[in-house]
Amino acid sequence: MAPKTLYEKIWDNHVVHESRDGKPALIYIDRHLIHEGTSPQAFAGLKAEGRTVRRPDLTFAVMDHSVPTVSKERLLPIVDIDARLQFEALEKNCRESGVRLFDMNSANQGIVHIIGPELGITQPGQTIVCGDSHTSTHGAFGTLAFGIGTSEVEHVLATQCLSQSRSKTMNIVVNGKRPKGVTAKDIVLAIIGKIGISGGNGHVAEYSGEAIRGLSMDGRMTVCNMTIEGGARAGMVAPDDTTYAYLEGRPFVPRGKAFQEAVELWKMLTTDADAKFDTTVELHTKDIAPQVTWGTNPGMVSGVTSRVPDPGSFSDLNDQKATERALIYMGLKAGTPIVDIPIDRVFIGSCTNSRIDDLRAAAHLVAGKHVARSIKQALVVPGSRGIKNQAEKEGLDKIFTEAGFEWRDAGCSMCIGMNDDVLPPHERSASTSNRNFEGRQGRDSRTHLVSPVMAAAAAIAGHFVDVREFDVANVE
Amino acid sequence: MQPFIKHSGMVMPLDRVNVDTDQMVPKQFLKALTREGFGRILFYDWRYLAGEKSNPEFVLNFPRYRGASVLLTRANFGCGSSREHAPWGVKDYGFRVILSPSYADIFYNNCFKNGILPATLTEAEIDELFKRTEKEEGYSLTVDLPNQTVSDPHGLVYKFEIAPSRKEVLLKGLDDIGTSLQQAAKIDAYEKAHAATATMYETVDVKNYPSAL
Repeated sequence: MAPKTLYEKIWDNHVVHESRDGKPALIYIDRHLIHEGTSPQAFAGLKAEGRTVRRPDLTFAVMDHSVPTVSKERLLPIVDIDARLQFEALEKNCRESGVRLFDMNSANQGIVHIIGPELGITQPGQTIVCGDSHTSTHGAFGTLAFGIGTSEVEHVLATQCLSQSRSKTMNIVVNGKRPKGVTAKDIVLAIIGKIGISGGNGHVAEYSGEAIRGLSMDGRMTVCNMTIEGGARAGMVAPDDTTYAYLEGRPFVPRGKAFQEAVELWKMLTTDADAKFDTTVELHTKDIAPQVTWGTNPGMVSGVTSRVPDPGSFSDLNDQKATERALIYMGLKAGTPIVDIPIDRVFIGSCTNSRIDDLRAAAHLVAGKHVARSIKQALVVPGSRGIKNQAEKEGLDKIFTEAGFEWRDAGCSMCIGMNDDVLPPHERSASTSNRNFEGRQGRDSRTHLVSPVMAAAAAIAGHFVDVREFDVANVE
Repeated sequence: MQPFIKHSGMVMPLDRVNVDTDQMVPKQFLKALTREGFGRILFYDWRYLAGEKSNPEFVLNFPRYRGASVLLTRANFGCGSSREHAPWGVKDYGFRVILSPSYADIFYNNCFKNGILPATLTEAEIDELFKRTEKEEGYSLTVDLPNQTVSDPHGLVYKFEIAPSRKEVLLKGLDDIGTSLQQAAKIDAYEKAHAATATMYETVDVKNYPSAL
């Protein structure tokens, strides 16, 4: 047998139908995750054609994008009428089709890409789709997971399959041990900085190398989560003992003998030694400093020790124009040291960085300190109610609130600003989320993407700081 | 879906790289329940000033481009969010064709579900089209899908590549779901064959797990 990459193995395992004439194959979808934002039109389309949900048992729904993050607001009628209508539509669609729904008052509610792994719905070797581009997160378990549009959501509801062509493959190798203060977020931002935001277009990425192997599942999820920001729809990490240890005992994971059998199968999910990738990218952790984005896409990123770049330093004319535009939007001058950029608000949350590891690291750093006076708001929004509970058990909520942070309920929150958690015009955030596009966190708002420890340190200092110097003792 | 065969129309130049789907349809419009009406809010933050006053500096509001149906733009168009609201807005505004050197994967895919042709030309060809659009008011192009050509009234003809399966979907206005459902027997067979494998543990009995579920 010809050697195969992990992607090719999972692909081959899921082909339902493949014609010889180069048409897309029909591949089976093991888990379909849906949320209120991109599913109503899919259910409406299904109904209009007289079709039904083929596998409600493999479909999981959650309310996350527009939910309030102030707990008591969830017990009252939702004030935002458009959001309320979407919640009601999701509830009705799930009830009628028999899809399991984690509504906003469920103990398991959370961001769709947080609760999938947390509940063990996500397992190695699966294909997972969701009408959300950050579905790439689940690839951390050695799954083929990617975001789809609403028409494809409808397609999966109707058929439990998706019409797909094979992607090219990209091997992203991160060598070296991870230094103190350099997190999974910095690794993935450095990768995007290197390949550019379209560098992965047409590819499925696989991450490997010592630095990736050394990450916890939470860290691997952060890396895979932002794969889409480099253009690749899916990113994956081959499962190993870290993966199995994370999964064991989670609600939807098989138990006892069945678990052991599953692990034996999961162990086959590796890229064969002599398999070929279409593209290979290599980085070394010694070259990666804590990262801060300065522009209006995640590829506009630098190490914290550098300066805001000069548009003239780019060779491509389109890049020059884009950089010029970005600096105007961001209200930044070329040549300004990154550490001199003052910030207004801090957001620790999103499907990128709201897991327990993220909260522990940030809490550890802020313990005994206080948010700078110049900071108007510092928000911590756990990715799920499960994570919120765990953090509260560990007393992290107290550490945050004593330091001047607000401790909120789970949801997408200020990453996308579909609820009340919006970054006001011209204000500047240090945000652990995934996109710094114009208007992303609020119209005319200015987003700087950073890791949780960098966000926490910026909250304390009031401006960006090199977390490696700021608080060496408390940086993981 | 409405088939796409040939289209002639005025070109609107959007001279920016990496236009993301957040710009096409910002988040506040993702709370809709239908696929309609996104044309009015396409490129909302660029197009409107406070109070929905038309922004005279944004190209879409230039009187000379009113009625354009061919969107000419730069590399990596449609990056970011998977929101299909973006192509719904593009279509609803009146664009049938997009011309760019490259597209982000999810957006590209979504176009074909909505009868929009995202044609890929080289950087040099796109540059030339920007020049011609700028120079000639009312500059129009004809996009012929069967022949895979983009042409103007002055004799310019560019060939573009498109996967044959993508081409067929647009030409016939195919309903993907209907096509896939023709393979129902194969889907049944796949499910039967894989019911007991690691990826298909669908029979987990949740009664055994925490009551919160």
